[in-house]
Amino acid sequence: MLRYATRRFLGALPTLFILIALAFFLIRVAPGGPFDSEKALLPEVEANLRAAYNLDEPLHQQFARYVWGLAQADFGPSFQYRDYTVTELIMTGFPVSLRLGGMAITLALLVGVTAGSLAALRQNTRTDYAVMSASMTGISIPNFVMAPLLILIFAVYLGWLPAGGLGDGSPRNMVLPVIALALPQIAYISRLTRGSMIEVLRSNFIRTARAQGLPMHKIVLRHALKPALLPVVSYLGPATAAVITGSVVIEQIFGVPGLGRFFVQGALNRDYTLVMGVVVFYGVLIIAFNLLVDLAYAWLDPKVKYS
Amino acid sequence: MIASAQAVQGQEEVAGRSLWVDAWRTLRKNRAATVSGIVIGIMAVLVVVGPWFSPYSYDFTDWSNLSIGPSLETGHLFGTDTLGRDLFVRTLYGGRISLMVGLSATLVSLLIGISYGAVAGYFGGRLDNLMMRIVDILYAMPFMFFVILLMVFFGRNLFLIFVALGAIIWLDMARIVRGQTLSLKHREFVEAARAQGVGTFAVIRRHIVPNLLGVVAVYVTLTIPQVILMESFLSFLGLGVQEPMTSWGALVKDGSDEMQSSPWLLLFPAVFLAMTLFCFNFLGDGMRDALDPKDR
Repeated sequence: MLRYATRRFLGALPTLFILIALAFFLIRVAPGGPFDSEKALLPEVEANLRAAYNLDEPLHQQFARYVWGLAQADFGPSFQYRDYTVTELIMTGFPVSLRLGGMAITLALLVGVTAGSLAALRQNTRTDYAVMSASMTGISIPNFVMAPLLILIFAVYLGWLPAGGLGDGSPRNMVLPVIALALPQIAYISRLTRGSMIEVLRSNFIRTARAQGLPMHKIVLRHALKPALLPVVSYLGPATAAVITGSVVIEQIFGVPGLGRFFVQGALNRDYTLVMGVVVFYGVLIIAFNLLVDLAYAWLDPKVKYS
Repeated sequence: MIASAQAVQGQEEVAGRSLWVDAWRTLRKNRAATVSGIVIGIMAVLVVVGPWFSPYSYDFTDWSNLSIGPSLETGHLFGTDTLGRDLFVRTLYGGRISLMVGLSATLVSLLIGISYGAVAGYFGGRLDNLMMRIVDILYAMPFMFFVILLMVFFGRNLFLIFVALGAIIWLDMARIVRGQTLSLKHREFVEAARAQGVGTFAVIRRHIVPNLLGVVAVYVTLTIPQVILMESFLSFLGLGVQEPMTSWGALVKDGSDEMQSSPWLLLFPAVFLAMTLFCFNFLGDGMRDALDPKDR
């Protein structure tokens, strides 16, 4: 297992390197520099600025400096928020985003697995059709469409929940953003669970368990659930990526002060280092999470060999 | 599969038993997929033809009817936005852009995905390993963020959107095509062609690719809604199509800004967008059942 983990970890390194390289060079080829302003700067001033940010060094040296900084969790200074480093900005936004995303994934897993299993157990009944149509609808309605609709219904017309912001930090403020973020994932997870659960329920060991007279709920919980969840586990990697991406718009719509909002603001303000920092940060997060999912899968699935 | 594959070439003689005819029959029996296909057809005709029959253009301001709700009397079927522009025409124009982006980016992904996947699968060995390793690496990138960066750095033009989205989405296509090619290349008809001295690329083009089309058709149907979704996402963030042109994503964004005072601005584009995605997904599912029986 340890050898397998090491091998997977080493396999993730090139991905990581390419991510950083892509981010770094993309920013260098971008037209317009961070010091472009309405007034042209004096040449000496600009030269001094470039020197201060090490932009006058040869490219490979800058790249090495950037990677070295990243290794120490230093994403460089922000060009727009002059008094902050990018690392500081990320650290103010990330906890909020993490809470939002974490709750959304948890909710999606709970609801998705339950609904999918129910649909599988009652295959081709009304319950099944209801769950599957709901899930198709969930997949088809993007979360940036769902979010304003939720606000319109639950905040504007019914007035049950706040429309946005974190307010006094009470959980009420998180309800709508979490639901909006979780809905498409609930839809995917319930479809996945249904499919694999149907397959597992047809297999021999389940038939044996039923022949022995075990009650259905015990069969599902003790025997069927674990193998049926394997595809869901492997979907968790893409799900995380989707939640992180979705979080960008959801935070924007609900005015949640998370990392996604910094990203959009940074992109619109051409705050290159901030935007780049967020991309690299999220990229590393996604790569690390995929690695964890791979390991969890190998651990859960007896068919995977550690060679 | 082999019989049906040969039937693709000689459709006249064995009319009625080819893969496509079989698939067409199965698909027709699936009512949800049929209805979805018809709705997509109507939608396509509507967004292309509809604007010609409307007295308003997408950027015309009707000063006497700013922000009015849907009504027949004023001639604004879906109402107007805060600038007095007719929402019906704008929704159709937005649909043109959304569908066009969906189709073009899918085409880009199709071209890259099929050639890449077929080459990797057909040659196999070290080349295949290397090519698929590259796909694996690219797969793990947070590409949506890179597209956003591209939009920020190089301005928001439509052509860049096609290319950028197409360049992301080919990865799935390449994987699927490679898998199919691996199973096709040891078939008798491919060996027969090779034994007759047909060149490598001719074999790929004439014998491998035509037999991939079934699976590819399924994935095209499932890729289009994904691309439409991505374009809408970009437009929603203000990084896609620029004013006064519009797309469904941009309309949803405008609508959600005004939803308290004029909810129709949100509802109509949202319904069009969701309905289109819904139908494409249903059609894709139906086609998968019809063309890829092994999958179920």
